[in-house]
Amino acid sequence: MIRLTTPITEEAIRQLKVGDEVLLNGNVVLSRDMGHKFMKEQKPDWLKPILENMVIYHCGPVVRKNADGTWTFVAAGPTTSIREEPYQADVIETYKVRGVIGKGGMGKKTSEGLQKTGAVYLHATGGAGSLLAERVKRVVDVKMLEEFGSPEAFWIIEVEDFPLVVTMDSHGGSLHEIVAQQSQDRAKALMA
Amino acid sequence: MSECVVPTLTSAEVVASKSLLPQGWKADMSNLAGLDLTLCAMELLRRTTSRLPQDVIDALVQGRDAEEPGSRAFNTLNDMVRNIILADGNVSPLCQDTGSIIFWVRHPFGFSQRAARKQLRAAVMDATKRSWLRPNCVESLSGKNSGTNMDPFHEHHPAIHFEEWDQPHIEVSVMQKGGGSENVGAQYRLPDAILGAGRDIKGVRKCIIDAVVKAQGQGCSPGILGVSIGGDRVTGWERAKELVLRKLGTANPDPKMDAFEKELTRDLNTLGIGPMGYGGATTVLGVSAEEMYRHPASFYVSIAYMCWSSRRGTLTLAADGQPSYDL
Repeated sequence: MIRLTTPITEEAIRQLKVGDEVLLNGNVVLSRDMGHKFMKEQKPDWLKPILENMVIYHCGPVVRKNADGTWTFVAAGPTTSIREEPYQADVIETYKVRGVIGKGGMGKKTSEGLQKTGAVYLHATGGAGSLLAERVKRVVDVKMLEEFGSPEAFWIIEVEDFPLVVTMDSHGGSLHEIVAQQSQDRAKALMA
Repeated sequence: MSECVVPTLTSAEVVASKSLLPQGWKADMSNLAGLDLTLCAMELLRRTTSRLPQDVIDALVQGRDAEEPGSRAFNTLNDMVRNIILADGNVSPLCQDTGSIIFWVRHPFGFSQRAARKQLRAAVMDATKRSWLRPNCVESLSGKNSGTNMDPFHEHHPAIHFEEWDQPHIEVSVMQKGGGSENVGAQYRLPDAILGAGRDIKGVRKCIIDAVVKAQGQGCSPGILGVSIGGDRVTGWERAKELVLRKLGTANPDPKMDAFEKELTRDLNTLGIGPMGYGGATTVLGVSAEEMYRHPASFYVSIAYMCWSSRRGTLTLAADGQPSYDL
């Protein structure tokens, strides 16, 4: 088990390999469909200090607003990452992002982006919304809540021992590619 | 890490003690037109969003126990069980994607569908306010979130299917259908030259295998498949989705289809996709397939893919108005 705390250096990221189990600590930034389109098309400068050497989490949480105006994450598992494939590599490069958390894995373009910039794809268990919300220590801030709505906003949260597996590394390795290839071969045999 | 987490949920008594319904509450079935389903539907949503049906839990545990202890597949299924225990204990959503909300309402003559639609919408809106549901209804082009889970113009969300039946009681079933799993559903038109799939059961089988391979872990495997063979593009999809309501482990009334489902489930679990696509022997938890009639020119195979967190449940209001919940 490898413990990592954001912000993360490129050097630390380059050491990670597919299959490594990671417990993540520190701040992470939530972003999904609207956020990625926005980041690629508008490249807002104000996000740069928020994202540099940080980790993006593909997640649209269930949140609760408390009486004192603070927020609590009620459920916060990953959403399917492949929808961000057209944007992810650009986002990683523009903002020097060191990690992307999601589920289901991503494609070639993202893999190339991970290699170029020095970043990894970290897989969280899909559907484990309650379990993962327990690892959210606090909501630090939220951006674009009005514009995007709560599932799509840039939530900045602090996590503690957030359990992840490296499934795509900065050296071109991808567990998803291996499983896809093997299952396609097996499917051919089943269809014969 | 490789200990087997035991899925001990809160007892039926504890679940009932947290109910929104006042103790002894009964529906007045002598006044069907004046019935108010709001509170008992909210209670249904409270249960479905936080508690998985027992047959789904059993299937996940069975899958976990068949994986190699300590493997990623084993650990992932174990985490799923941990999540199930937590959500149930906290009465919090199992998954942040609380899904599109789909109701099926079956009712006797004299019941008002217009009134029920208003009440079910109110129940969903209130469950959203309580953070049991995420606001999952956005304007398509602008992406603007209504914030309430309500489709303000056409009333397509929540989706509600009504059927008048020849029975004295009312049944309200609900499914919380996540977007990730919805995206990996597929509809095929046979014959399919690329798959080499003809208009027969072998062709249907090829479609299903293809859909599961294309889905990989992206629909949150292990998945539960509802498959309709035939119908038109709409009725086929509708039926496929409704088939996901069938409890795992219940036999298909058609023995041939039952054998087909069982063999296919075994075969799909040799694909090696595993929980969340990490690799492993638990790729699907079950398949429910049904044959429909079709137009001679059309042959559709519609495959609804449900994630492992198959949130569904049924509220029954008996002829005497007594409510009961079956998850």
